Amino acid sequence: MGADPRQPILRMQGVSKSYGAVQILRGIDLDVEAGQRIALIGPSGSGKTTLLRLVMTLETPEDGTIEVEGELLGLRRVGDRLVKDSGAHLRSVRGKIGMVFQHFNLFPHMSALQNIMDGPVHVRGLSKDQARERALDLLAKVGLRNKADSLPRQLSGGQQQRVAIARALAMEPKIMLFDEITSALDPELVGEVLAIVRELAHETGMTMLIVTHEMGFAREVANRVLFMEGGHIVEDGEPEQVFGNPRSDRTKAFLGAVLHR
Amino acid sequence: MNFDFDYALQILPTLLRATVITFQATVGGMVLAMIVGLALELLRRSGVKPVVYATKGFVSFVRGTPLLIQLYFLYYVLPLYGLSLETMETGILGLGLHYGAYLSEVYRAGIDGVPKGQWEAATALNASRTHTWLRIILPQAVPPMLPVFGNYLIAMFKDTPLLATITLLELLGTAQAEAAISYRYLEPYTLVGLIFLVLSWPSASLVRLIENRIRAENRNGR
Repeated sequence: MGADPRQPILRMQGVSKSYGAVQILRGIDLDVEAGQRIALIGPSGSGKTTLLRLVMTLETPEDGTIEVEGELLGLRRVGDRLVKDSGAHLRSVRGKIGMVFQHFNLFPHMSALQNIMDGPVHVRGLSKDQARERALDLLAKVGLRNKADSLPRQLSGGQQQRVAIARALAMEPKIMLFDEITSALDPELVGEVLAIVRELAHETGMTMLIVTHEMGFAREVANRVLFMEGGHIVEDGEPEQVFGNPRSDRTKAFLGAVLHR
Repeated sequence: MNFDFDYALQILPTLLRATVITFQATVGGMVLAMIVGLALELLRRSGVKPVVYATKGFVSFVRGTPLLIQLYFLYYVLPLYGLSLETMETGILGLGLHYGAYLSEVYRAGIDGVPKGQWEAATALNASRTHTWLRIILPQAVPPMLPVFGNYLIAMFKDTPLLATITLLELLGTAQAEAAISYRYLEPYTLVGLIFLVLSWPSASLVRLIENRIRAENRNGR
């Protein structure tokens, strides 16, 4: 796939989602080009996290479609109807996406190394030796080579999140989703985690969707910024423009409130 | 009527041999109950409505009727429909189904206790259902269940005398047989009680020990 260089790596069309009576996303249209690092900013409840969760198939949209490299995600076309997809096809599409969570979600019964190796061995079918070598490289990359045998509970929050990033990277996803990855951390641990993502952004051309409340980080790492509010994408532009010269009054008000806190 | 120690010593070896039968029924019943319990809980979570209702119905039925009647049913009624099992097999099946219904609730609590984020991490790693269950969810769900399993194991052990009613010569059945020969009731039944006590008391302590260890481990972590 990906024969057409202009085909977006991720395309959302008319995606809506509500929880009960509360509508969280209202007809989102979004094309993401390969290599884009998109920061999603906006007030809480604006739908940023829900957007990521839909892309990871943790939630199902009520309306609209999501495509990854031109292939439907979570849906299958039968005749001219779309039906819920599961099994091999869903997994082949979902395998292109990885996610790092706010609360790390490491497997508590596995060591750092096992957390990172588990997917490559049991999902991607790598040999144990290959997976171990690669996992140790990734641990070194996140500065935790000496913590390979530690259980998650023996690690600090920042260290756990770095292992979680390594775990997601080990699956070699094409699109990486970061969901408020520093929100659950003590302030002094935020820096070490952001440094890893920053490095990743500059070293690889990985496509990223980053939900964050760290505006300085968003501005520095992202090459595209989406401001969301009330389930809509209100503003969409380059970091310099969105942060420096926001077009929408709502973006202005939001940035004014968070930047001058 | 005085306690006749010589008579007691004389029947003790027979009773100890019968203890092995009791033991086999308990272990067999527990292994089956653990499998049945997990299977029931997985069926209940299958999301297929008829299966979910049938499973819930079965669990309510088993929990709502006495084990003794279930054993009678398996022993006396099933053969009428062409399914006759060995006495031991019937006993293990009865205990396994009965306790399996209870253990399914234990599995439910254990599985519900695994945080939602673990399922989500499994999805994010693109893990298959089997992989998610076997490597991620159950290894976290089962350890906290172990003390509860232990308590059910002891309860099942103490329910095994019911198998005497379907002619299994376990401890109680053997004691009854001895009593029927000698017309002495004090010694056989006292010994049976003592053997149960000697085996279940340390087991209960062991379960408490495991419980404390798991609790201590959880305090250190998470």
